[in-house]
Amino acid sequence: MTGKDEQAQDAGGAPEAIGAAGAEVRPGTDRDAVGGAVPRWVVRPSDADGCAAVLGAAARAGLAVVPRGAGTKIGWGAPPRRCDAVLDLSALTGVDHAAGDLVVEAGAGTPLEELAAVLAKTGQRLPVDRVVPGSTVGGVVATGLSGPGRMLYGPVRDLIIGMTVAGPDGAASRSGGRVVKNVAGYDLGKLHTGAFGTLGVITSVTFRLRPIPPARIVVSAEAPDPPRARELVSSVLKSHTAPTAIEVDRPGGGRISVQVLLEGPEDGIRARAQEVSDLFSDAVASPDLPVGWGTLPGGPGDTLLKLTTPPARAAEVMEALADAAPDGGPLPVRGSAGSGVLYSALPSAAAPDGAVRAVSALRARLGNATGGHGSLTVLDAAPPVHAAGLDPWGEVPGLPLMRSVKQNLDPDGVLSPGRFAGGI
Amino acid sequence: MQERPTRERSPDDRLSALVPRLRRICGDDGVLTDPSRRRTYESDGLTYHAEVPGVVALPTTAEQVAEVVGLCAAEGVPFVPRGAGTGLSAGALPRADGVLVTTSRMRRIVEVDPDNECAVVQPGVANLDITRAAAPYGYYYAPDPSSQQVCSVGGNIAENSGGAHCLKYGFTVNHVLGLQIATPQGELVRLGGKAPEAPGYDLIGAFIGSEGTLGIATEATVRLVRSPQKVTTLLAAFAGMDAGGQAVSSVIAEGVLPAAVEMMDALSIEAAEAAVACDYPEGAGAVLIVELDGPAADVDADAAAVRRLCERAGAFEIREASGAAERARIWKGRKSAFAAVGRISPAYIVQDGVVPRTALGEVLGDIARLSAESGIRVANVFHAGDGNLHPLVLFDDAEPGAGERAAEVSGAILDLCIRHGGSITGEHGVGVDKACSMPRMFAPQDLEAMDRFRRAFDPAGVANPEKLLPTPRLCGEVPGVRRDVHPLVAQGRAEQF
Repeated sequence: MTGKDEQAQDAGGAPEAIGAAGAEVRPGTDRDAVGGAVPRWVVRPSDADGCAAVLGAAARAGLAVVPRGAGTKIGWGAPPRRCDAVLDLSALTGVDHAAGDLVVEAGAGTPLEELAAVLAKTGQRLPVDRVVPGSTVGGVVATGLSGPGRMLYGPVRDLIIGMTVAGPDGAASRSGGRVVKNVAGYDLGKLHTGAFGTLGVITSVTFRLRPIPPARIVVSAEAPDPPRARELVSSVLKSHTAPTAIEVDRPGGGRISVQVLLEGPEDGIRARAQEVSDLFSDAVASPDLPVGWGTLPGGPGDTLLKLTTPPARAAEVMEALADAAPDGGPLPVRGSAGSGVLYSALPSAAAPDGAVRAVSALRARLGNATGGHGSLTVLDAAPPVHAAGLDPWGEVPGLPLMRSVKQNLDPDGVLSPGRFAGGI
Repeated sequence: MQERPTRERSPDDRLSALVPRLRRICGDDGVLTDPSRRRTYESDGLTYHAEVPGVVALPTTAEQVAEVVGLCAAEGVPFVPRGAGTGLSAGALPRADGVLVTTSRMRRIVEVDPDNECAVVQPGVANLDITRAAAPYGYYYAPDPSSQQVCSVGGNIAENSGGAHCLKYGFTVNHVLGLQIATPQGELVRLGGKAPEAPGYDLIGAFIGSEGTLGIATEATVRLVRSPQKVTTLLAAFAGMDAGGQAVSSVIAEGVLPAAVEMMDALSIEAAEAAVACDYPEGAGAVLIVELDGPAADVDADAAAVRRLCERAGAFEIREASGAAERARIWKGRKSAFAAVGRISPAYIVQDGVVPRTALGEVLGDIARLSAESGIRVANVFHAGDGNLHPLVLFDDAEPGAGERAAEVSGAILDLCIRHGGSITGEHGVGVDKACSMPRMFAPQDLEAMDRFRRAFDPAGVANPEKLLPTPRLCGEVPGVRRDVHPLVAQGRAEQF
């Protein structure tokens, strides 16, 4: 790793072109580290064109670049093999809201909160949950991070209708458009969503929007164990109540809170809430979202897990987590039981090799629990856990095709090298 | 008079050498070489473009598809995937020097899994058959392209098909959880499955809508949607298109999300009345159809709002249907529109463009001006909720120069769409028909990025070549012209709207 003095020296000797088109350049510090790798420079272009120009210059200098929004999820994924420069996208803000069309284009560096405030002025919203506070548009899209609303609105990729991306050669390209219905050309926005900046740097995203529903009710009930929780979830799925989300929350190994979010016209929502309450016993209905709604379990330094499963196997997955801690204790579970996406966390107190073993053991059990359909991804882990041999992505089907896509879009491997599945 | 583009390409020896090997893979009855049988595959739903395929392969398993494709890749022979052949952009236009790979014999519904709200199907399964299989469990398959009785899931995946109800429910891409594909290099790859959000690149999302240029879907795991508790369909008649458009805008602004919002102008209403006597309100210059579905109480609340907003916009008659038979009566005129236009005009071009919904009024005015200036009649039928226009450009192909003028009007309509920030195709796809129009919508570096992505899947360039992206050989051809109703509609096997 580069020492402090050397960094300062390197910053002075930064390739001139890296500050292309007026981008700010400063030396990287420990606070800019990505998975433990301290970048030599942090480059902050002032707009999308500047971003493309910086990438072109970096490519000519043979530098590896890792894009960053607000940095709230910069530790996610595998540590990069190389990180010469962090590309700070915080200046790529700007919101172009076509309210009458229920469409918005937002710069990658726009915080979701800021976007929401603009949209709310006309009674609209982007139904993407703010799972990690402070996230930017680009960060949420690059990590493909969806929340409880994935059940009704689909994952974040379903709301994207257009995207502009700066390629590693400095060429900006666009796919999709500004209309909700469009089948012209490849939908490359889907490809970049969740690609962790390994195929291009997202500079702006165009989304389809929804009106803010007039009313909201959350119906919650407690289940003593995973099978009962699954029964409750299943009964709501089979009802005609059209929930926006069905979540579960189990902080420890005990009771499970099952939470159903209903949204819609005032006239209809009470009847729907009553119907859900009737399916449960001892249900509580509230206009307020429960504490922790849509956020990730665990705390700072924990090893954060994302588990996917066919929804009907959610109980088995919850049971597998009930004794999956390195000490044999329960792990917390929160997530979209109605859709088949659950999150958990290994405590930061666990020894790095213990955490790695716990992940491997859980993957093996998950195969049985989900009939081979599920997956376990480690979203976030401390550098020592990675160093202990963690495979954050696990086995990913289709990897040869993915490598081929990477090879064709980033032939020199300069974009976030090593952060993605299979070392991509 | 317009001439059909003729294709100067003769089958070469490589193709003849391939036949015995294809027979070993697909069996004797799975390979068609007889000219008269091959000829039945010469076009898809856009019959203007035609070319008799060199060989037709009819595999029955995923492994056979992969072997056929792998053989093509190894020998450098192009292949063209085909589902039911209902596409409207000549995406399944065969090649005389290539193999047409048809999935029509892969028609098995492998599994309906209501507990996981999904079904596993082979690519040749007809769209509507999934809904039929899921109905006993109270579920259905949401994407509903107008040819859903016959169009195949594999074709829907290739085209990212939508349907009248995609305003609320989205397109095929929003309803596929998993795919098995045969890559253009002949490998079978599984992507996703019954669990959502599979790790890795979203190759499913990029594959859907790739028009057969990235390989062939050999199996799909599709989402099933809970059947709605209530469906209400409203028909509102207005004096003119402006008032109808105003009603649509205010419905959307109110926060109502209908399952479908369809609109027809006076000329298309006239054609529909002549063809199927749909009995729409007399004197209507525009008819709006709004369908609402969901929990009964929500639907009732929304229906009341839509009624009020239509009245405020000047609707002079509103009809409401809650039963299936009444609903079918309302939809009858709309669903017959394309075929009906064939009766009031010797020839016509179906255009498929998209504009931002707020630009609809202005664009319709511009289309009317284009029509008046050129003397070419244009009937407007469209999915008003999402701004997807289907102008029907009418002309008499016996009249000298009329075809060219119609093609000009049709092209000018696309220009209008692009100028308003829209798209050159909302649902019919690019195929051959609009490959040359892609540079009007995308910059060279956009197309370059798409081409790089394509080559990641198909380095040999054998998968449906010359489709989707522009190639020099094709440019200059006029957009597709139809002289009669779609062959499947004529046979009563499909609706088109």
